[in-house]
Amino acid sequence: MPLKTVQSPLPGIFYRKPAPDQPPFKSEGDMIAIGDTIGLIEVMKTFTAVVAEEAGKIVAFHLENEDAVMAGECLYDIET
Amino acid sequence: MAISKLFIANRGEIAVRIIRAARELGLRTVQAVSAADRDMLAARLADEVVEIGKAHATKSYLNKDAVLAAAVASGADAVHPGYGFLSENAGFAEMVERAGLVFVGPRPETIRAMGDKATARVMAMRAGVPTVPGSEGRVEDVPAALTAAMDIGYPVMIKAAAGGGGRGIRVAHTAEDLEKLIPQAGAEALAAFGDGGLYLERFVHRARHVEVQVLGDGSRAVHLFERECSLQRRRQKVWEEAPATCLAADVRDALCASAVRLAESVGYRGAGTLEYLYDAATGAFFFIEMNTRIQVEHPVTEMITGVDLVKSMLRIAGGEPLALRQSDIRPRGHAIEVRINAEDPSRDFAPAPGTIAGLTVPGGMGVRFDTMLYPGYTVPPFYDSLLGKLIVWDDDRPAAIRRLIGALSELKIAGLATTQGLHQALALDTAVKAGDFHTRWLEGWLDARAFIASVA
Repeated sequence: MPLKTVQSPLPGIFYRKPAPDQPPFKSEGDMIAIGDTIGLIEVMKTFTAVVAEEAGKIVAFHLENEDAVMAGECLYDIET
Repeated sequence: MAISKLFIANRGEIAVRIIRAARELGLRTVQAVSAADRDMLAARLADEVVEIGKAHATKSYLNKDAVLAAAVASGADAVHPGYGFLSENAGFAEMVERAGLVFVGPRPETIRAMGDKATARVMAMRAGVPTVPGSEGRVEDVPAALTAAMDIGYPVMIKAAAGGGGRGIRVAHTAEDLEKLIPQAGAEALAAFGDGGLYLERFVHRARHVEVQVLGDGSRAVHLFERECSLQRRRQKVWEEAPATCLAADVRDALCASAVRLAESVGYRGAGTLEYLYDAATGAFFFIEMNTRIQVEHPVTEMITGVDLVKSMLRIAGGEPLALRQSDIRPRGHAIEVRINAEDPSRDFAPAPGTIAGLTVPGGMGVRFDTMLYPGYTVPPFYDSLLGKLIVWDDDRPAAIRRLIGALSELKIAGLATTQGLHQALALDTAVKAGDFHTRWLEGWLDARAFIASVA
């Protein structure tokens, strides 16, 4: 099973939850489908969804909720 | 002055503005920075720099405990909150005062009272300041709505009591409209918000946004005339002017006097702004809300009055009584400010953080550029998109627009997309030249021309 690392398309703040009092969009071990929302990136107060472009199983997240992220930085690893 | 060392709990261009004012008053400055802001311009200008937390604002500029702890540890005796972040947070103002430092702004109870729209509305009515006519609470059924609308006057807006952000708003121009729309709006509100409650408010067609700048020392207040900020996109101001040329002299007098009445009735201390809706068709104005802080667009007022608002705030915070009498404040000429944001107008104003590859700043008489930029600076993606404010002043509005066109042609910001091109187009627009616009005008204008910018 090939392991792939998905990079952030944008610089900003990475959110793993839709709101502070809600559970994360996805956790380690979750199966994901194409089009699933993995997280949000806030760039200058504008929110963009990070959407899965490949299906598979999330193996690891490289960032915590509300961490700063640069474009090209690793977001999560996926087994396809 | 009773203060000698100022802690700046903000970032960007306003932090630079505050440092300049503090320096001229002989104050030492301590600049708070997040981990992502160590190389910002204000950090380079301040006497001292303290890191208060991570990039995310909730962990730095919005973290009350971290900001206060850093201010106390630095030995500062006052905290300037700037705008946004903690500037209108009554709890933070209280914490600062309890720690024995001066909060550069109004008393916490003033922030609390004026920050609540319903309370502010009651305060305004008590001070004899007109507010937007509306139903007293909810309208229970069609007959109640018809009776309320008679008092309010058509057209009326039907709003969902549980709604917000403009959702579910309908406009009734006649009693027949209202009879038809009330049941629909009630059903829709119930479906959308689980609460079918409705209330009514006067609808102001082609409303203009005018606001009055005030300064108070806790007992006495003065106004520094008004600004017009009707050019907005998604409720964000993009272009501001002083004075509001749409006002007749007697309306201006009544408007500004009403702002002073309200400010004095709450014992206002510091710089504040009272926002109004203005109905150009009838000449009526209605108080909407008060901002208990310095505003982004304060420079246009400084340009026409010659009063340094940030220095005035610091003097008042230092315990000095208001040095100005109303008769000392005489407006002269016309000023315009345009906001240069890191946004790409050709891509629906997508945010555009990046590194400043080159910078040429316009100059000459009556031209001012308040900015956080310097060549080589990387604009971080974590905060708002304001890069700078280009402000021009001249004898009258047509001359100010000509000066703006010239200044915009000199301004060169390389390395990222900005809203400069939008302002170049607006400055040449005939409706803008005629001053013929309202708060929804810019959005229609943008939709109509599918604006394509040629920038950077």
